[in-house]
Amino acid sequence: MNLDFSQIVPYIPFMIEGIWVTLGFVFVSILVGLILGIILALFKITKSKFLKGIANVYTSIFRGTPLILQLMIIYFAIPQLTGYDIEPFVSAILAFGLNSAAYVSEIIRAGIMAVDRGQIEAAEALGVSYRPMMQNIILPQAVKNILPALMNEFITLTKESAIVSTIGYLDLMRRAQIVGADIYRNFEPLLFVGAIYWVMVFILTKLGQAAERRLRQSD
Amino acid sequence: MIKAMNITKDFGANTVLKDISTIIKQGQVVAIIGPSGSGKSTFLRCLNLLEEPTSGNIFINDKKITDKKVDKLAIRRNIGMVFQHFHLFPHMTVLENVAYAPQKVKKLSKAEAESTAKKLLDKVGLTDKVAAYPNRLSGGQKQRVAIARALAMEPEIMLFDEPTSALDPEMVKEVLDVMKDLVDTGMTMVIVTHEMNFAKEVADRVLFLADGMLVEEGNPQEFFEHPKTERAQDFLAKVL
Ligand SMILES: Nc1ncnc2c1ncn2[C@@H]1O[C@H](COP(=O)(O)OP(=O)(O)OP(=O)(O)O)[C@@H](O)[C@H]1O
Ligand SMILES: [Mg+2]
Repeated sequence: MNLDFSQIVPYIPFMIEGIWVTLGFVFVSILVGLILGIILALFKITKSKFLKGIANVYTSIFRGTPLILQLMIIYFAIPQLTGYDIEPFVSAILAFGLNSAAYVSEIIRAGIMAVDRGQIEAAEALGVSYRPMMQNIILPQAVKNILPALMNEFITLTKESAIVSTIGYLDLMRRAQIVGADIYRNFEPLLFVGAIYWVMVFILTKLGQAAERRLRQSD
Repeated sequence: MIKAMNITKDFGANTVLKDISTIIKQGQVVAIIGPSGSGKSTFLRCLNLLEEPTSGNIFINDKKITDKKVDKLAIRRNIGMVFQHFHLFPHMTVLENVAYAPQKVKKLSKAEAESTAKKLLDKVGLTDKVAAYPNRLSGGQKQRVAIARALAMEPEIMLFDEPTSALDPEMVKEVLDVMKDLVDTGMTMVIVTHEMNFAKEVADRVLFLADGMLVEEGNPQEFFEHPKTERAQDFLAKVL
């Protein structure tokens, strides 16, 4: 085994730039997933069978098929259907955002359902209407159930983001492959970006733990 | 005044309230007693529409609250409820717990709501706990906060569902004392309780429920000394 990291040195700035590319689209995807996930979660807890149905079918489809398939459909199949190309960045955000929304909506729904029913009854008995009850009483408590699971979802998303390399998007992973092809050595660039992924996840984990600690303070 | 007429409640195939009728006049204190599972909580919860009767009607001050078109929240604003397990809002301080509903529901300013809340907390003996979170309180303290929280809406009627059943014995008295003070103010109160002595002492009338039926009712002296029905005699023999 002869590792030689000196050869990748010229490529380091190129690979480092991938951090921002990955972080950028992961961040936007999380945002899309979060917003859509909240809307879907609200659909799931309404009394309306119709809205519930929509949210459940949505969740079932996006959780029941491979993410890479969803990405391929958006990037390759939809343009074939419509005649319009979709940029890799937009495709990536759509695939990851839409997929993440399914998971996020489940996390939020479960977090809300886990709040003691007595809380709803106490609010109802005081004559508090639905919106303030949700905003001021149920959701602040649900957040404590939701946050740890949500953090896990963000970490998964960050790691899984590497599959956008398959549509040629210049993220961290893709850059490692390019460098590997350039210098005919794969191990060093892959190890290098592997370390970067690990650090990103490590930081996310720590951030999550800090946020959890803050929330626990009222307990 | 509360008028319940032929209240029946089914949970699926299970009929838990069977044709219950009674009238509770303004300022009356009524104790509901009976064996576990007899429907006491369910009946109480019908009075503020936390449960909807399957049939029958409830009137409060001659307003038919079992009407489909009625604004449930508006009805509940006038009826306070205290639960066995308190159900305080754990993420709010004691003061916030009490001041929350008046601000959100009655649209009082924060200052007004908090000043009223402080007075109420003073009355239930918790002046020094206003800034504490519920998890720092004993059971008795929690229940007193819950009573203050309900009173903050200035209800005409107060419902209590076994307010002392979840408490350690040494804390029962502090809660009952607060409730006695409330009786003295002339509040209309409906109390589901296992505290027979308390019922005897403060209630104007006792309702005895068994198997979802209102088996017997009367003034406490009569009921506790000379229960008429066999069902009530059996029950009292067990609990007294
Ligand atoms: N939400 C519900 N769904 C189905 N059944 C219910 C529900 N709430 C109560 N019941 C049933 O109705 C019956 C009466 O219950 P309820 O809680 O009113 O009794 P209780 O007299 O208050 O008893 P306890 O003294 O144990 O509190 C019980 O058999 C109970 O299992
Ligand atoms: Mg009960």
